[in-house]
Amino acid sequence: MAAVPLGILSALPKVAKADTASLIDVLNYALTLEHLEYRYYQMGIESGVIEGADRNIFLKIRDHELAHVNFLTEVIGNVLMGTPVEEPEFDFTAGGNFSPFTDYPTFLALSQAFEDTGVRAYKGQAGNVMESDVVLTAALSIHSVEARHASMVRRLRTKKGQDTVKGWITNGSIGSLPAATQAIYAGEENVMQGGVDVTSLTGIDAAAVSEGWDEPLSKDQVLGIASLFLA
Amino acid sequence: MKNELIKPKGLVTNTNRRNFLKFGTMSVAGAGLLLMGCNDDEDMMPPMMNEGVSLGSGDIGILNYAYALEQLEAAFYANVIAGGYFANANAEEKTIMGDLEKHERAHRDFFKAALGGAAIADLEVDFSSIDFSSRTSVLGAAKTFEDLGVAAYNGAGQFIENVDYLLIAGKIVSVEARHAAAIRDLINPGSDDFAGDDLIDSNGLERTLGFTDVLTAASTYIKTPIDFSQLPS
Repeated sequence: MAAVPLGILSALPKVAKADTASLIDVLNYALTLEHLEYRYYQMGIESGVIEGADRNIFLKIRDHELAHVNFLTEVIGNVLMGTPVEEPEFDFTAGGNFSPFTDYPTFLALSQAFEDTGVRAYKGQAGNVMESDVVLTAALSIHSVEARHASMVRRLRTKKGQDTVKGWITNGSIGSLPAATQAIYAGEENVMQGGVDVTSLTGIDAAAVSEGWDEPLSKDQVLGIASLFLA
Repeated sequence: MKNELIKPKGLVTNTNRRNFLKFGTMSVAGAGLLLMGCNDDEDMMPPMMNEGVSLGSGDIGILNYAYALEQLEAAFYANVIAGGYFANANAEEKTIMGDLEKHERAHRDFFKAALGGAAIADLEVDFSSIDFSSRTSVLGAAKTFEDLGVAAYNGAGQFIENVDYLLIAGKIVSVEARHAAAIRDLINPGSDDFAGDDLIDSNGLERTLGFTDVLTAASTYIKTPIDFSQLPS
Protein backbone atom coordinates (compact mmCIF):
# COMPACT_ATOMS: atom_id res chain seq x y z
CA MET A 1 0.00 0.00 0.00
CA ALA A 2 1.26 3.43 -0.89
CA ALA A 3 2.34 5.53 2.01
CA VAL A 4 0.14 8.39 3.12
CA PRO A 5 2.06 11.65 3.08
CA LEU A 6 3.24 12.63 6.53
CA GLY A 7 1.58 16.01 6.18
CA ILE A 8 -1.83 14.42 6.42
CA LEU A 9 -0.99 12.62 9.64
CA SER A 10 0.32 15.71 11.35
CA ALA A 11 -2.31 18.13 10.08
CA LEU A 12 -5.50 16.21 10.69
CA PRO A 13 -5.64 16.35 14.50
CA LYS A 14 -6.59 20.02 14.10
CA VAL A 15 -9.95 18.96 12.65
CA ALA A 16 -12.85 18.87 15.10
CA LYS A 17 -14.69 15.59 15.73
CA ALA A 18 -17.93 16.64 14.06
CA ASP A 19 -15.98 17.64 11.00
CA THR A 20 -14.15 14.33 11.02
CA ALA A 21 -17.43 12.43 10.70
CA SER A 22 -18.38 14.63 7.77
CA LEU A 23 -14.98 14.14 6.11
CA ILE A 24 -15.25 10.36 6.50
CA ASP A 25 -18.66 10.49 4.86
CA VAL A 26 -17.38 12.47 1.87
CA LEU A 27 -14.28 10.33 1.48
CA ASN A 28 -16.32 7.12 1.63
CA TYR A 29 -18.47 8.49 -1.16
CA ALA A 30 -15.29 9.20 -3.16
CA LEU A 31 -13.99 5.73 -2.31
CA THR A 32 -17.17 4.16 -3.68
CA LEU A 33 -16.56 5.89 -7.01
CA GLU A 34 -12.91 4.91 -7.04
CA HIS A 35 -13.86 1.28 -6.40
CA LEU A 36 -16.17 1.48 -9.41
CA GLU A 37 -13.49 2.96 -11.65
CA TYR A 38 -10.75 0.60 -10.52
CA ARG A 39 -12.90 -2.50 -10.95
CA TYR A 40 -14.06 -1.32 -14.38
CA TYR A 41 -10.52 -0.87 -15.71
CA GLN A 42 -9.21 -4.02 -14.05
CA MET A 43 -11.98 -6.08 -15.67
CA GLY A 44 -11.41 -4.31 -18.98
CA ILE A 45 -7.70 -5.11 -18.90
CA GLU A 46 -8.33 -8.75 -17.93
CA SER A 47 -11.02 -9.16 -20.61
CA GLY A 48 -8.65 -8.35 -23.46
CA VAL A 49 -11.17 -5.91 -24.97
CA ILE A 50 -8.62 -3.07 -25.07
CA GLU A 51 -6.75 -2.65 -28.35
CA GLY A 52 -3.04 -3.33 -27.99
CA ALA A 53 -1.88 0.18 -28.83
CA ASP A 54 -4.13 1.70 -26.14
CA ARG A 55 -3.25 -0.75 -23.39
CA ASN A 56 -0.62 1.51 -21.82
CA ILE A 57 -3.20 4.28 -21.48
CA PHE A 58 -5.62 2.10 -19.55
CA LEU A 59 -2.91 0.46 -17.46
CA LYS A 60 -1.93 3.95 -16.32
CA ILE A 61 -5.54 4.93 -15.60
CA ARG A 62 -6.12 1.64 -13.74
CA ASP A 63 -2.99 2.24 -11.66
CA HIS A 64 -4.23 5.70 -10.67
CA GLU A 65 -7.67 4.42 -9.70
CA LEU A 66 -6.12 1.66 -7.60
CA ALA A 67 -3.82 4.20 -5.96
CA HIS A 68 -6.89 6.35 -5.17
CA VAL A 69 -8.69 3.35 -3.64
CA ASN A 70 -5.69 2.57 -1.45
CA PHE A 71 -5.06 6.18 -0.51
CA LEU A 72 -8.67 6.87 0.48
CA THR A 73 -8.93 3.57 2.36
CA GLU A 74 -5.79 4.47 4.29
CA VAL A 75 -6.90 8.01 5.11
CA ILE A 76 -10.40 6.95 6.18
CA GLY A 77 -9.29 3.95 8.22
CA ASN A 78 -5.92 4.86 9.67
CA VAL A 79 -5.92 8.65 9.76
CA LEU A 80 -9.55 9.64 10.37
CA MET A 81 -10.15 6.34 12.23
CA GLY A 82 -13.36 5.65 10.35
CA THR A 83 -14.56 2.57 8.50
CA PRO A 84 -13.79 2.53 4.75
CA VAL A 85 -16.68 1.27 2.63
CA GLU A 86 -16.32 -2.20 1.18
CA GLU A 87 -16.17 -2.52 -2.56
CA PRO A 88 -19.76 -2.88 -3.84
CA GLU A 89 -20.70 -5.49 -6.44
CA PHE A 90 -20.88 -3.92 -9.85
CA ASP A 91 -22.82 -4.75 -12.98
CA PHE A 92 -21.10 -2.94 -15.81
CA THR A 93 -23.68 -4.22 -18.27
CA ALA A 94 -26.24 -2.03 -16.41
CA GLY A 95 -28.79 -4.83 -16.43
CA GLY A 96 -27.72 -6.29 -19.76
CA ASN A 97 -27.77 -2.99 -21.69
CA PHE A 98 -24.00 -2.65 -22.32
CA SER A 99 -21.21 -5.04 -23.29
CA PRO A 100 -18.09 -3.08 -22.35
CA PHE A 101 -15.85 -6.12 -22.00
CA THR A 102 -16.58 -7.56 -25.44
CA ASP A 103 -17.16 -4.36 -27.42
CA TYR A 104 -14.29 -1.84 -27.38
CA PRO A 105 -16.31 1.24 -28.40
CA THR A 106 -18.67 0.53 -25.50
CA PHE A 107 -15.72 0.12 -23.14
CA LEU A 108 -14.41 3.53 -24.22
CA ALA A 109 -17.85 5.14 -24.01
CA LEU A 110 -18.41 4.00 -20.41
CA SER A 111 -14.84 4.96 -19.52
CA GLN A 112 -15.53 8.50 -20.67
CA ALA A 113 -18.80 8.51 -18.75
CA PHE A 114 -17.10 7.39 -15.52
CA GLU A 115 -14.22 9.87 -15.81
CA ASP A 116 -16.42 12.86 -16.57
CA THR A 117 -18.69 11.81 -13.67
CA GLY A 118 -15.68 11.56 -11.38
CA VAL A 119 -14.57 15.09 -12.21
CA ARG A 120 -18.02 16.47 -11.42
CA ALA A 121 -18.31 14.40 -8.25
CA TYR A 122 -15.06 15.62 -6.69
CA LYS A 123 -15.83 19.19 -7.69
CA GLY A 124 -19.19 18.93 -5.95
CA GLN A 125 -17.48 18.03 -2.66
CA ALA A 126 -14.78 20.71 -2.57
CA GLY A 127 -16.86 22.92 -0.29
CA ASN A 128 -17.63 19.97 1.99
CA VAL A 129 -14.00 19.23 2.78
CA MET A 130 -12.63 22.77 2.87
CA GLU A 131 -12.40 22.78 6.68
CA SER A 132 -9.44 20.43 6.28
CA ASP A 133 -6.63 21.87 4.19
CA VAL A 134 -4.98 18.52 3.66
CA VAL A 135 -8.14 16.66 2.67
CA LEU A 136 -9.14 19.47 0.31
CA THR A 137 -5.70 19.49 -1.30
CA ALA A 138 -5.72 15.71 -1.68
CA ALA A 139 -9.21 15.82 -3.20
CA LEU A 140 -8.13 18.54 -5.64
CA SER A 141 -5.07 16.47 -6.54
CA ILE A 142 -7.28 13.49 -7.39
CA HIS A 143 -9.81 15.70 -9.19
CA SER A 144 -7.28 16.98 -11.74
CA VAL A 145 -6.02 13.45 -12.41
CA GLU A 146 -9.58 12.37 -13.23
CA ALA A 147 -9.85 15.36 -15.57
CA ARG A 148 -6.67 14.30 -17.37
CA HIS A 149 -8.10 10.80 -17.80
CA ALA A 150 -11.37 12.22 -19.10
CA SER A 151 -9.63 14.42 -21.65
CA MET A 152 -7.55 11.52 -22.95
CA VAL A 153 -10.43 9.07 -23.28
CA ARG A 154 -12.69 11.64 -24.93
CA ARG A 155 -10.06 12.46 -27.54
CA LEU A 156 -9.27 8.78 -28.08
CA ARG A 157 -12.91 8.08 -28.95
CA THR A 158 -12.92 10.93 -31.45
CA LYS A 159 -9.60 9.84 -32.99
CA LYS A 160 -11.17 6.44 -33.58
CA GLY A 161 -14.15 8.00 -35.30
CA GLN A 162 -16.56 6.93 -32.57
CA ASP A 163 -17.54 10.46 -31.61
CA THR A 164 -16.81 14.11 -32.29
CA VAL A 165 -16.23 15.16 -28.67
CA LYS A 166 -13.16 17.15 -27.67
CA GLY A 167 -11.10 16.80 -24.50
CA TRP A 168 -13.42 19.36 -22.87
CA ILE A 169 -17.19 19.27 -22.57
CA THR A 170 -19.09 21.35 -25.11
CA ASN A 171 -22.47 22.61 -23.89
CA GLY A 172 -24.25 19.70 -22.21
CA SER A 173 -23.57 17.39 -25.12
CA ILE A 174 -23.37 13.62 -24.66
CA GLY A 175 -22.05 13.24 -28.20
CA SER A 176 -22.62 9.67 -29.34
CA LEU A 177 -22.84 8.24 -25.82
CA PRO A 178 -25.95 6.22 -24.89
CA ALA A 179 -28.94 8.30 -23.78
CA ALA A 180 -28.53 6.84 -20.29
CA THR A 181 -25.54 9.18 -19.83
CA GLN A 182 -27.64 12.35 -20.15
CA ALA A 183 -27.52 13.04 -16.41
CA ILE A 184 -23.70 13.02 -16.52
CA TYR A 185 -23.62 16.08 -18.77
CA ALA A 186 -26.75 17.91 -17.64
CA GLY A 187 -25.82 21.43 -16.55
CA GLU A 188 -22.44 21.49 -18.31
CA GLU A 189 -23.93 24.03 -20.75
CA ASN A 190 -23.81 26.65 -17.99
CA VAL A 191 -22.27 30.00 -18.98
CA MET A 192 -23.17 31.90 -15.79
CA GLN A 193 -20.18 32.18 -13.48
CA GLY A 194 -20.26 34.20 -10.29
CA GLY A 195 -23.65 35.50 -11.32
CA VAL A 196 -22.29 36.85 -14.60
CA ASP A 197 -23.07 35.66 -18.13
CA VAL A 198 -19.53 35.09 -19.38
CA THR A 199 -20.64 35.17 -23.02
CA SER A 200 -21.86 38.75 -22.77
CA LEU A 201 -18.89 39.69 -20.60
CA THR A 202 -16.32 38.38 -23.09
CA GLY A 203 -18.10 38.15 -26.45
CA ILE A 204 -16.93 34.54 -26.67
CA ASP A 205 -19.46 32.02 -28.00
CA ALA A 206 -21.51 29.98 -25.53
CA ALA A 207 -20.04 26.66 -26.66
CA ALA A 208 -16.48 27.78 -25.87
CA VAL A 209 -17.50 29.39 -22.58
CA SER A 210 -19.28 26.19 -21.52
CA GLU A 211 -16.07 24.29 -22.31
CA GLY A 212 -14.02 26.65 -20.16
CA TRP A 213 -15.78 25.83 -16.87
CA ASP A 214 -16.59 22.31 -15.68
CA GLU A 215 -19.66 22.04 -13.48
CA PRO A 216 -20.19 20.10 -10.22
CA LEU A 217 -22.72 17.39 -9.41
CA SER A 218 -24.21 16.69 -5.99
CA LYS A 219 -23.71 13.40 -4.20
CA ASP A 220 -27.32 12.40 -4.87
CA GLN A 221 -26.96 13.14 -8.58
CA VAL A 222 -23.75 11.12 -8.82
CA LEU A 223 -25.09 8.19 -6.83
CA GLY A 224 -28.11 8.18 -9.11
CA ILE A 225 -25.77 7.78 -12.08
CA ALA A 226 -23.59 5.19 -10.34
CA SER A 227 -26.61 3.14 -9.26
CA LEU A 228 -27.08 2.04 -12.88
CA PHE A 229 -23.91 0.00 -12.44
CA LEU A 230 -24.56 -1.48 -9.00
CA ALA A 231 -25.48 -5.16 -9.02
CA MET B 1 -23.64 16.81 7.88
CA LYS B 2 -22.91 18.93 4.85
CA ASN B 3 -23.37 16.64 1.93
CA GLU B 4 -25.47 18.87 -0.26
CA LEU B 5 -24.03 20.35 -3.39
CA ILE B 6 -22.58 23.75 -2.74
CA LYS B 7 -24.79 26.02 -4.76
CA PRO B 8 -22.94 28.96 -6.23
CA LYS B 9 -24.90 31.88 -4.89
CA GLY B 10 -23.27 34.21 -7.35
CA LEU B 11 -20.41 36.51 -6.63
CA VAL B 12 -22.39 39.34 -8.06
CA THR B 13 -25.95 40.04 -8.97
CA ASN B 14 -25.17 41.82 -12.20
CA THR B 15 -22.22 42.81 -14.31
CA ASN B 16 -21.82 46.17 -12.64
CA ARG B 17 -18.26 46.20 -11.46
CA ARG B 18 -18.93 48.54 -8.62
CA ASN B 19 -21.41 46.08 -7.13
CA PHE B 20 -19.00 43.27 -7.69
CA LEU B 21 -16.31 45.10 -5.80
CA LYS B 22 -18.68 45.88 -2.95
CA PHE B 23 -19.57 42.23 -2.58
CA GLY B 24 -15.92 41.26 -2.67
CA THR B 25 -15.04 43.86 -0.08
CA MET B 26 -17.80 42.75 2.25
CA SER B 27 -17.01 39.08 2.04
CA VAL B 28 -13.33 39.65 2.58
CA ALA B 29 -13.94 42.00 5.48
CA GLY B 30 -16.32 39.39 6.90
CA ALA B 31 -13.53 36.88 6.89
CA GLY B 32 -11.45 39.27 8.95
CA LEU B 33 -9.05 39.98 6.14
CA LEU B 34 -7.86 43.22 4.73
CA LEU B 35 -8.62 44.08 1.16
CA MET B 36 -5.48 45.79 0.08
CA GLY B 37 -5.88 49.18 -1.51
CA CYS B 38 -9.59 49.29 -0.82
CA ASN B 39 -11.12 52.48 0.49
CA ASP B 40 -14.28 54.48 0.12
CA ASP B 41 -13.25 55.87 -3.23
CA GLU B 42 -15.30 53.93 -5.74
CA ASP B 43 -13.01 54.93 -8.58
CA MET B 44 -9.92 53.59 -6.92
CA MET B 45 -7.04 52.36 -9.01
CA PRO B 46 -5.82 48.77 -9.02
CA PRO B 47 -3.24 48.18 -6.31
CA MET B 48 0.14 49.04 -7.81
CA MET B 49 3.72 49.20 -6.68
CA ASN B 50 6.50 51.03 -8.42
CA GLU B 51 6.37 49.59 -11.94
CA GLY B 52 4.94 46.40 -10.51
CA VAL B 53 1.73 44.96 -9.16
CA SER B 54 0.75 43.73 -5.74
CA LEU B 55 -1.68 40.82 -5.68
CA GLY B 56 -3.10 41.91 -2.33
CA SER B 57 -4.19 39.68 0.52
CA GLY B 58 -6.82 37.08 1.38
CA ASP B 59 -9.19 35.75 -1.25
CA ILE B 60 -8.70 38.87 -3.39
CA GLY B 61 -4.99 38.13 -3.45
CA ILE B 62 -5.63 34.58 -4.59
CA LEU B 63 -8.09 35.71 -7.26
CA ASN B 64 -5.44 38.17 -8.49
CA TYR B 65 -2.93 35.29 -8.48
CA ALA B 66 -5.28 33.30 -10.71
CA TYR B 67 -5.87 36.39 -12.83
CA ALA B 68 -2.11 36.82 -13.32
CA LEU B 69 -1.75 33.21 -14.50
CA GLU B 70 -4.76 33.50 -16.79
CA GLN B 71 -3.32 36.72 -18.24
CA LEU B 72 -0.14 34.81 -19.01
CA GLU B 73 -1.97 31.90 -20.63
CA ALA B 74 -4.31 34.13 -22.63
CA ALA B 75 -1.40 36.21 -23.94
CA PHE B 76 0.46 33.04 -24.87
CA TYR B 77 -2.39 31.57 -26.93
CA ALA B 78 -3.08 34.92 -28.58
CA ASN B 79 0.50 34.75 -29.83
CA VAL B 80 0.10 31.10 -30.80
CA ILE B 81 -2.88 31.64 -33.08
CA ALA B 82 -1.14 34.59 -34.74
CA GLY B 83 2.04 32.60 -35.38
CA GLY B 84 3.55 30.34 -38.00
CA TYR B 85 3.02 27.03 -36.19
CA PHE B 86 -0.72 27.61 -36.00
CA ALA B 87 -0.96 28.73 -39.63
CA ASN B 88 0.45 25.39 -40.77
CA ALA B 89 -1.01 23.15 -38.05
CA ASN B 90 -3.30 20.24 -38.87
CA ALA B 91 -7.04 20.46 -38.28
CA GLU B 92 -6.99 18.80 -34.85
CA GLU B 93 -4.24 21.04 -33.52
CA LYS B 94 -5.89 24.14 -34.96
CA THR B 95 -9.10 23.24 -33.15
CA ILE B 96 -7.28 22.61 -29.88
CA MET B 97 -5.24 25.83 -30.01
CA GLY B 98 -8.28 27.84 -31.06
CA ASP B 99 -10.28 26.41 -28.15
CA LEU B 100 -7.51 27.01 -25.64
CA GLU B 101 -7.19 30.61 -26.78
CA LYS B 102 -10.90 31.16 -26.16
CA HIS B 103 -10.98 29.33 -22.83
CA GLU B 104 -8.01 31.23 -21.40
CA ARG B 105 -9.25 34.57 -22.70
CA ALA B 106 -12.64 33.83 -21.09
CA HIS B 107 -10.93 32.96 -17.79
CA ARG B 108 -8.82 36.11 -17.91
CA ASP B 109 -11.72 38.43 -18.70
CA PHE B 110 -13.87 36.73 -16.08
CA PHE B 111 -11.31 37.32 -13.32
CA LYS B 112 -10.78 40.91 -14.41
CA ALA B 113 -14.50 41.58 -14.14
CA ALA B 114 -14.81 39.60 -10.93
CA LEU B 115 -12.04 41.58 -9.27
CA GLY B 116 -13.28 44.92 -10.58
CA GLY B 117 -11.35 47.74 -8.93
CA ALA B 118 -9.22 45.26 -6.99
CA ALA B 119 -7.82 43.71 -10.17
CA ILE B 120 -4.10 44.02 -10.82
CA ALA B 121 -3.04 45.93 -13.92
CA ASP B 122 -2.27 44.22 -17.23
CA LEU B 123 0.98 42.29 -16.96
CA GLU B 124 3.73 42.75 -19.50
CA VAL B 125 4.73 39.37 -20.90
CA ASP B 126 8.02 38.20 -22.39
CA PHE B 127 7.76 35.31 -24.82
CA SER B 128 11.19 35.87 -26.38
CA SER B 129 12.18 32.33 -25.35
CA ILE B 130 9.33 30.84 -27.42
CA ASP B 131 9.47 30.34 -31.18
CA PHE B 132 5.88 30.68 -32.33
CA SER B 133 6.71 29.20 -35.72
CA SER B 134 7.96 25.98 -34.13
CA ARG B 135 5.53 23.22 -33.17
CA THR B 136 8.01 21.83 -30.64
CA SER B 137 8.54 25.20 -29.01
CA VAL B 138 4.84 26.09 -28.86
CA LEU B 139 3.69 22.71 -27.54
CA GLY B 140 6.51 22.64 -25.01
CA ALA B 141 5.53 26.05 -23.67
CA ALA B 142 1.83 25.12 -23.68
CA LYS B 143 2.64 22.05 -21.61
CA THR B 144 4.57 24.17 -19.14
CA PHE B 145 1.75 26.71 -18.78
CA GLU B 146 -1.07 24.16 -18.49
CA ASP B 147 0.71 21.89 -16.01
CA LEU B 148 1.74 24.95 -14.01
CA GLY B 149 -1.82 26.23 -13.97
CA VAL B 150 -3.16 22.94 -12.61
CA ALA B 151 -0.50 22.77 -9.90
CA ALA B 152 -1.13 26.41 -8.99
CA TYR B 153 -4.89 26.02 -8.56
CA ASN B 154 -4.43 22.73 -6.70
CA GLY B 155 -1.96 24.41 -4.37
CA ALA B 156 -4.00 27.56 -3.80
CA GLY B 157 -7.32 25.87 -3.04
CA GLN B 158 -6.56 25.37 0.64
CA PHE B 159 -6.05 29.11 1.14
CA ILE B 160 -9.39 30.17 -0.31
CA GLU B 161 -11.88 31.20 2.40
CA ASN B 162 -15.02 31.78 0.34
CA VAL B 163 -16.71 28.58 -0.82
CA ASP B 164 -18.05 30.24 -3.99
CA TYR B 165 -14.53 31.24 -5.03
CA LEU B 166 -13.30 27.74 -4.24
CA LEU B 167 -15.95 26.25 -6.52
CA ILE B 168 -15.04 28.61 -9.34
CA ALA B 169 -11.39 27.65 -8.99
CA GLY B 170 -12.47 24.00 -9.07
CA LYS B 171 -14.47 24.57 -12.24
CA ILE B 172 -11.45 26.08 -13.96
CA VAL B 173 -8.70 23.75 -12.73
CA SER B 174 -10.25 20.64 -14.25
CA VAL B 175 -10.44 22.39 -17.61
CA GLU B 176 -6.75 23.29 -17.31
CA ALA B 177 -6.06 19.62 -16.57
CA ARG B 178 -8.04 18.61 -19.67
CA HIS B 179 -5.90 21.05 -21.68
CA ALA B 180 -2.68 19.74 -20.17
CA ALA B 181 -3.54 16.14 -20.99
CA ALA B 182 -4.38 17.03 -24.59
CA ILE B 183 -1.16 19.01 -25.10
CA ARG B 184 0.92 16.20 -23.60
CA ASP B 185 -0.76 13.74 -25.94
CA LEU B 186 0.03 15.95 -28.93
CA ILE B 187 3.68 15.94 -27.89
CA ASN B 188 3.85 12.20 -27.22
CA PRO B 189 0.81 10.61 -28.93
CA GLY B 190 -0.77 7.50 -27.48
CA SER B 191 1.62 7.40 -24.53
CA ASP B 192 0.74 7.60 -20.84
CA ASP B 193 2.24 11.09 -20.61
CA PHE B 194 -1.24 12.68 -20.45
CA ALA B 195 -1.10 11.84 -16.75
CA GLY B 196 2.60 11.18 -16.41
CA ASP B 197 4.61 9.98 -13.44
CA ASP B 198 6.50 13.28 -13.55
CA LEU B 199 3.33 14.90 -12.12
CA ILE B 200 1.38 12.16 -10.37
CA ASP B 201 2.72 10.35 -7.32
CA SER B 202 2.27 6.78 -6.09
CA ASN B 203 -0.92 7.78 -4.28
CA GLY B 204 -2.41 8.93 -7.58
CA LEU B 205 -2.22 12.57 -6.44
CA GLU B 206 -1.20 15.32 -8.86
CA ARG B 207 1.57 17.75 -8.01
CA THR B 208 0.66 20.92 -6.15
CA LEU B 209 2.82 24.04 -6.16
CA GLY B 210 2.91 26.97 -3.77
CA PHE B 211 2.80 30.65 -4.68
CA THR B 212 6.57 31.11 -4.70
CA ASP B 213 7.30 28.13 -6.95
CA VAL B 214 4.57 29.04 -9.40
CA LEU B 215 5.48 32.71 -9.67
CA THR B 216 9.15 31.87 -9.94
CA ALA B 217 8.40 29.56 -12.87
CA ALA B 218 6.10 32.15 -14.43
CA SER B 219 8.63 34.96 -13.99
CA THR B 220 10.53 33.70 -17.04
CA TYR B 221 7.58 34.93 -19.10
CA ILE B 222 6.40 37.95 -17.11
CA LYS B 223 8.30 41.25 -17.10
CA THR B 224 6.09 43.04 -14.57
CA PRO B 225 7.32 42.54 -10.99
CA ILE B 226 4.65 40.81 -8.88
CA ASP B 227 4.48 41.35 -5.13
CA PHE B 228 2.75 38.35 -3.59
CA SER B 229 4.04 38.90 -0.07
CA GLN B 230 0.56 39.39 1.37
CA LEU B 231 -0.87 36.12 0.08
CA PRO B 232 -1.99 33.73 2.82
CA SER B 233 0.33 31.03 4.09
